[in-house]
Amino acid sequence: MDVAAIAFYVFSAVAVGAAALVVISKNPVHSVLWLITVFASCAGLFVLSGAEFVAMLLIIVYVGAVMVLFLFVVMMIDVDFAKLRAGFAKFLPLGAVIGLVLLVELVLVIGVWTFGETALESRAAVAPALEDVSNTRALGRLIYTDYVLLFQASGLVLFVAMVGAIVLTHRRRVGIKRQDVLAQMYRDRAQSVELKNVKPGQGV
Amino acid sequence: MPTFWDGHLGQFTIILGQSLAVVVSLLLSLAFLLYMDRKVWAAVQLRRGPNVVGPFGLLQSFADFLKFVLKEVVIPAGADKWVFLLAPLITFVLATVAWVVIPFADGWVVSDLNVGILYIFAISSLGVYGVIMGGWASNSKYPFLGSLRSAAQMVSYEVSIGLIIVGVLISTGSLNLTDIVRAQDGRFGALSWYWLPHLPMVVLFFVSALAETNRPPFDLPEAESELVAGYQVEYSSTPYLLFMIGEYMSIVLMCALMTILFFGGWLSPIPGLPDGVLWFALKVVAVFFMFAMVKAIVPRYRYDQLMRLGWKVFLPMSLGWVVITAFLAQLQFPGYARWAIGG
Repeated sequence: MDVAAIAFYVFSAVAVGAAALVVISKNPVHSVLWLITVFASCAGLFVLSGAEFVAMLLIIVYVGAVMVLFLFVVMMIDVDFAKLRAGFAKFLPLGAVIGLVLLVELVLVIGVWTFGETALESRAAVAPALEDVSNTRALGRLIYTDYVLLFQASGLVLFVAMVGAIVLTHRRRVGIKRQDVLAQMYRDRAQSVELKNVKPGQGV
Repeated sequence: MPTFWDGHLGQFTIILGQSLAVVVSLLLSLAFLLYMDRKVWAAVQLRRGPNVVGPFGLLQSFADFLKFVLKEVVIPAGADKWVFLLAPLITFVLATVAWVVIPFADGWVVSDLNVGILYIFAISSLGVYGVIMGGWASNSKYPFLGSLRSAAQMVSYEVSIGLIIVGVLISTGSLNLTDIVRAQDGRFGALSWYWLPHLPMVVLFFVSALAETNRPPFDLPEAESELVAGYQVEYSSTPYLLFMIGEYMSIVLMCALMTILFFGGWLSPIPGLPDGVLWFALKVVAVFFMFAMVKAIVPRYRYDQLMRLGWKVFLPMSLGWVVITAFLAQLQFPGYARWAIGG
């Protein structure tokens, strides 16, 4: 067995084990930490399959930013775990059904990806020869040259969604004191301090 | 004929040796950098600083090391034991593994990754976990507040660091750190390095690096006047030492990154003089001196000012610079498109 195979099995085993622990752990913070382990192992798998750019992206975006916010939120909430566990048996069938649906969908997706004629054709059309470009360059060419309009359009959709979320949740309260940074910066000694000549023994 | 060194075991031995060499020399130089940090700090405040252990107090760091190691490890009763002990280890290990892609001189690099700069960015974005986990696992108020602050702070400044790096990458056309340094090799020595075309970004990167590594004036996660020591309150002995070493290691990493991105890495500043690892070390120490001076001189920021600086000043400025650089590189303006004209 060569080194890559050993590494593959180690990463996969860690990923699957940690994924199980995400579900099993009693403490939600531990679950998030295990989830981070899953992402890290997946990044390892990406590196093994020669997609180092995607691996780094996974670490930077998911582990470095998204999971930090996740952990941030989970650490702040204070849930009663015993109460949460109580409904476990009751919701087990529903959970099993959802899991089954997801499994079937995954199998369908992989099946179509492997055998479907359209999928094969479109994959052959976009894949550049890996010998002459690194995968960073190949990805960049696809996103920013071949499909730049689609990419920009999806970016615009996300941007509009973000602005929408902010507009919907933002509320301007009246009667609170707001900080005006410019006013603070332009405040100087002449406006704020006054020199009074106080005679000894007389006061102001 | 394939020798022992071509086999898996041989390669493993070579990489192990290289990594050990890097880690040992790094830890040794860290001991003296810490000493320098304290001496600079003391000099600014007209104190003597460490001057008892060894000649001029040079061995102070080693004495501190022994003291930390020999103390008892105290784990609070309410702490989450595993996470509590894992946090300093994560900080230390992440700060160490990032050095694997740093080129100390031409070819002197443990792993010459294609996406070296992204790797460093990824590792430094993970650094926040040590702080968050440490603060949460301590199960105590001040550490928790400190870790919440650090989570927001480090994520915010990562964004501007990323955009600053993008500017350099556009000029270079590669994500490889060795390539980035090679692209700065020109006829004019120090004048052909990236600090000149990317001058505003040097300042921004320096300040963002301070914030990213929780260095004063942005050391809010451990602000001793309000949070005692933030996420480090409950730590003692070796776990605290690991936090401390990890923190300094990532500070020196930021110095090295600044040297590589803007100050030509191992290249000699004067044309004609030989390039080499000495120049690299000299530049890193010079940047570290600036870090030490900032710590001594600048008072701590207020938290809302820190956030405002990150999101409302640095982010638009670095984003604007990326756009400007992209245009200048597309027009092949001298100094901005090294990939096109080759030096």
